Amino acid sequence: MKKEIIIAGFGGQGVLSMGKILAYAGLMQGKEVTWMPAYGPEQRGGTANVTVILSDDPIASPLLQKYDIVVVLNQPSMDKFESRVKPGGILIFDPNGMTREPERKDINVYRIPATDTAAALGQAKTFNMFVLGGLLKVDPVVELDKVMLGLKKSLPERHHKLLPANEAAMLKGGEIIEKL
Amino acid sequence: MEEIKLMKGNEAFAHAAVRSGCDGYFGYPITPQSEVMETLQELKPWEETGMVVLQAESEVSAINMVYAGAACGKKVMTSSSSPGVSLKQEGISYIAAAELPCLILNVMRGGPGLGTIQPSQADYFQSVKGGGHGDYHMIVLAPSTVQEMADFVDLGYELAFKYRNPVLMLSDGVIGQMMEKVVLPPYKPRRSMEEVIAQCPWATTGKVGRDHNIITSLALESEVMEATNIRLQAKYREIEENEVRFEEYMLDDADYVFVAFGSSARICKQAVEYARAEGIKVGVLRPITLFPFPTKKIQELATRVKGFMSIEMSAGQMVEDVRLAVNGSKPVGFYGRQGGIIPSAEEALEALKTQIIK
Repeated sequence: MKKEIIIAGFGGQGVLSMGKILAYAGLMQGKEVTWMPAYGPEQRGGTANVTVILSDDPIASPLLQKYDIVVVLNQPSMDKFESRVKPGGILIFDPNGMTREPERKDINVYRIPATDTAAALGQAKTFNMFVLGGLLKVDPVVELDKVMLGLKKSLPERHHKLLPANEAAMLKGGEIIEKL
Repeated sequence: MEEIKLMKGNEAFAHAAVRSGCDGYFGYPITPQSEVMETLQELKPWEETGMVVLQAESEVSAINMVYAGAACGKKVMTSSSSPGVSLKQEGISYIAAAELPCLILNVMRGGPGLGTIQPSQADYFQSVKGGGHGDYHMIVLAPSTVQEMADFVDLGYELAFKYRNPVLMLSDGVIGQMMEKVVLPPYKPRRSMEEVIAQCPWATTGKVGRDHNIITSLALESEVMEATNIRLQAKYREIEENEVRFEEYMLDDADYVFVAFGSSARICKQAVEYARAEGIKVGVLRPITLFPFPTKKIQELATRVKGFMSIEMSAGQMVEDVRLAVNGSKPVGFYGRQGGIIPSAEEALEALKTQIIK
């Protein structure tokens, strides 16, 4: 098994953390993992992306041209990465702020209104966990309980009181994702 | 059971430094290697082992602090990225001339000039051909995984003290910033003063029961300076004889060879996977030591393969050493991207097909 994933959006959306949680969860399942950020001068508002690879075998290149799963959280990311989903692969997008829907017909496209749902529930800060929950619903690349362990590992201890809210967001994310 | 951690190459390097029994780190922040000092500040090794972690006022100061620490026989290190390493070159030349052991990490970014913060391998010439003035060499180790960012600290110190020579770890923004699994090396205590004196009888450890030890790179008499040069060159030949390290990847049945180091070697392994799916027999020769270079291995491969392809994040630097080794007996191609752009596995394979297989 090898899953090649890229998550892309604005800085501040929790793109890198989402990747980190996936990587930690993969590690706990005994997988080989790489987590490679585009580490440009990304701050809140700039673009950010992270490539996560989960594999049963040693991973060669941590950077790729084509991905099994592409998650895009803003229009520039959709424009850049829609063409880089492998045929038959998965594209997940949040329609918030998007000016168009994906155009490819040879891939599986999923919509997740994570921004709107998180805002309506007063959970804007756990936005990325809604997206992660949606991703795991359509392709359970790692086990849910390992994700919670991964989250615990990647969150500083002072934030551990937020774990239940994050778990709830993740479960909700699995409910609100829909296939186009 | 050994604990498997997930961390960035820069973080793994910092953890390994503390565990290696390092006496002092002197640095100045620069992307993409700032996590080295950040991690050391977080670990606070001065509380546990007494290791000094100091942010100097500049890269020039940091390398001269390393020079001084090394003269005392201490295990010292510095880290920086390309523009910062350029600033250190004078100090490195002095350290090489004075024959002192130390560890320097360069997490390369795109140049020339202040360049970009994205990954590059364009400091190959600077690292293996000199960089500073005069006839000298560093021993250059090129990690290609986060695990090697940790493992090469101990190896680097071992070689540095064995040959009384500066060792450079030549990494890049990919290896520094990427998180991967790593098993950290076990803790070694810092050496006691007695152990330092026993290991480094040449060091300035206090003139007790012996003559002066003088550390200098200055010799105004040409005969003395030539003798120093002859001694250095003999040492470099010995290093070339004994310390060549490389990884062979699917070379047994290979018709073609990618030669690549660091993160480019990872990309080439991916290209091998794509090539073999098309029935093209390719392997990778990954130099682990860039000085000494695996010249003999390449010469041996040249007798049985059809061609070589050097893949680098530069305009073509290591390829010159590949060509020198092959010496015209087989075609040698080159493909690279510059300025912080990383070549893709697809591009590497395409270049092999168009330049070598044809």
